[in-house]
Amino acid sequence: MGDVLTEEAGPGGLAQLGGLSRLADDDLRTMLLIRHFELKLLDLFDRGELSGTTHTCLGQEYVPVALAPLLAPLDHVFSNHRGHGHYIARHHDPHGLLAEIMGREGAICAGVGGSQHIHRDRYLSTGVQGESVPVAAGVALHLKNREVGSLACVYIGDGTFGEGAVYEALNMAVLWRLPLLVVVENNGIAQSTPTGSQMSGTVRGRAEAFGAGHTRLTSLDVNELRTGLRPVVDLVRHEHRPQVVEFVTHRVGPHSKGDDTRPAQVLREARSNDWYDLYAAAHPEHFSSLDAAQRELIADIAEEVAARPLSTWEPPCV
Amino acid sequence: MRVADNLNSALHELLEHDPDVYLLGEDIADPYGGAFKITKGLSTRFPGRVLSTPISEGGIAGVAGGLALTGDKAIVEIMFGDFVALAFDQIVNFASKSVAMYGKSLPLRMVVRCPTGGGRGYGPTHSQSPHKHFIGIPGLSLYEVSPFHDNRAVLREMFARQEPCILFEDKVLYTRHMYDAGELFKWDVDRDVARVYLDDPAAADCVIIAPGGMAHRAMAAMRGLLLEHEVNCLLLVPSRIHPFDLDPVIPHVARAGAAVVCEDGPGGAGWGAEVAHRLHTALWGRLARPVGTVHARDCIIPAAPHLEKEILVQESTIRQTVLEVLGG
Repeated sequence: MGDVLTEEAGPGGLAQLGGLSRLADDDLRTMLLIRHFELKLLDLFDRGELSGTTHTCLGQEYVPVALAPLLAPLDHVFSNHRGHGHYIARHHDPHGLLAEIMGREGAICAGVGGSQHIHRDRYLSTGVQGESVPVAAGVALHLKNREVGSLACVYIGDGTFGEGAVYEALNMAVLWRLPLLVVVENNGIAQSTPTGSQMSGTVRGRAEAFGAGHTRLTSLDVNELRTGLRPVVDLVRHEHRPQVVEFVTHRVGPHSKGDDTRPAQVLREARSNDWYDLYAAAHPEHFSSLDAAQRELIADIAEEVAARPLSTWEPPCV
Repeated sequence: MRVADNLNSALHELLEHDPDVYLLGEDIADPYGGAFKITKGLSTRFPGRVLSTPISEGGIAGVAGGLALTGDKAIVEIMFGDFVALAFDQIVNFASKSVAMYGKSLPLRMVVRCPTGGGRGYGPTHSQSPHKHFIGIPGLSLYEVSPFHDNRAVLREMFARQEPCILFEDKVLYTRHMYDAGELFKWDVDRDVARVYLDDPAAADCVIIAPGGMAHRAMAAMRGLLLEHEVNCLLLVPSRIHPFDLDPVIPHVARAGAAVVCEDGPGGAGWGAEVAHRLHTALWGRLARPVGTVHARDCIIPAAPHLEKEILVQESTIRQTVLEVLGG
C-alpha cells in the first residue's frame, strides 16, 4: 500500500453512536428497502437462484436517498455497476429491478441488461468504469441548450478516478459550464484495492484542478447531508457550475458475492459506520417496525417475481 | 466540386435544416476550420452547435453519445482516423451496445467521421485505415466517402439508421472531384452501389469491388487493363461497407465469374476477406477462380513517400490482381 499523503485519501475512523437524526418515514423506508433488496440478492445467489454477478451497495444506501428529493424528474441520472440503490431511490421499483436481475417478465430491460445495464426514462446505468461521465456531459450540453434548469447527475466511485474519461469529461464540463453533478461514492475500496493503493492525491485536488467545485461529505445522516447538498445542487442547476460531491462512505458488503479480502480490522471499521446499525441504536422503535415491514415486503416481492415466467426478447440481429 | 466541398456543404445543409444537429471535434472552429478544412464556416454560422473541443477523442465521442441519448444528432470529427482508437470504448461499449442492450431499441443518432489512409506522407500514426477494427460490431454501421455518393444523402441515411455510424474519409479523396469517372467510363448508382463501367455493366470480364477511397486507383487500373490487356472491368463502389448489402453485387459477379475486392488496410481478418468469403458462399461453383483480394502489405505505414508506396495499394497492385484472377 502506498503512502497516504493526506487524510482525504480514504475514509476511516469510527462513527459516533447515536448521532443520527430521526428520518422521515419515506426516507427510512427507501433505505431499508434497498438494504433488504441487496441482502435478498446475496441470499438468492447463495441458493443458486441468480446467475451472473451483482454488486450490492450495502452500507451506501443513504447516498441516493439523500440525493433523491434534490433531483427533479427531468434530470438525468447515470449510474454504474453498483447501482441498485440508485435505481430504487429514483424509481421505487424493486419488482422491475429484481425481474431484470432474474430475467423474469416485467423486467425493466427484458433481462438483457441485468444488474449493471438499466435504462428507464432518464435513468441509465452501464458497466464500464468512467464511461458514463462524458456521456453525462453530453446530456448536460443538451440540457444547457434546450432544458435550462435540468441537470445530469452521474455516480462514480473512488476507483473510477483511474479512468481518463473522468478527466476529459470534467475538463469539458467546466470549460463549457455544463449542468453536471458528479457524485463520488468514496467507499475506500475499489473491488479489492484500497483507495490509498490506487489513487495519488485526492478527489478534491482532482476536482479543483479542473475548476470544478468540490464538497466532501462524511456524514451518514440523510437530513444533514441534504442540507449540505441543496446549495451544491443549486449551483449546478441554476448557475451551470459543475460540482463534484464526494461522499465518504462505507462498503459494508463484498465487492460482488463473497469476495471480500479486506483485513478484519478494516471490515470492522466499515461495519461500525453502517447507518443501519447506527440508526437502529439511535431510533430503535422507528427502526424496528419499518425494518420488519421492508424485510417482509422484499421477501414477498422475491417470491412473486421468481414465480413469473421468463422474460422474452426479440434480438435485433441483422 | 471537390469531395471536400461536397462534405462541407453537406454539413452546412444538415446544421442549417436541423436544429438538433451538433458537430464536435478538435480545431474544427473558424478560422482554422479543421485539419482538412472540412468544417470551414460552420462554427461561424452555427455557434453553440459546432464545438471545437479539447484533445479528448474518447471524451468527445462520449459527449456525442450523450447528445444522441437525448434525441439530438451528433457528428464527431476525429482529426486523423488513427486516433479513433482512443474513442473505441465509447463507440463499442457505449453507443453501439446501447442501441440494443436495454431490451428495446434505443435510437442513437451519432456519426464519427474519420479521415483515413496514407499517400500523404504523414507516417505510421496519421495514415492508417482502421476499418477492420470496427467491422462486425453489432449496432454499428460503417460507411466510406466516395466520389459518387452525395454526402448530404449519406449523412441523412446514417442518421435515419438511428444507430452509431462511422464515416471513413480517405484523405486522398478530399481534393478529387465528385462525380468524375474520367473520359473513358460511364457511371451510375444501383441502390447503395456506384457502378463504373465502359459501355455495359453486364459485359465485364471481372468485377472490382472497392470502397470510395480506392475508386481512383481502381479506375486507373481499369483503364490500363482495358487499353493494354483488353480486359473489361466493372467497378462497384458501396457507400455502406458494413453491413454490406451484396444484392446489387451478386448478379454482376455471377455473370463475370471473377471478382477482386480492394481495401486500403492490411489484409486478412478484414473487409476484403469478409466480402470474399460471402461471395464464395453465395457463388460457390460459379466462380472461375477464388475472389482476389487487394490490400496494403501487413506492415505499418512509413512516412517517406518512396517507402510508403511500397506498403500501400497502388493502381498496379489492383491491375496485377485482376490479371491473376483472370488466369493471366
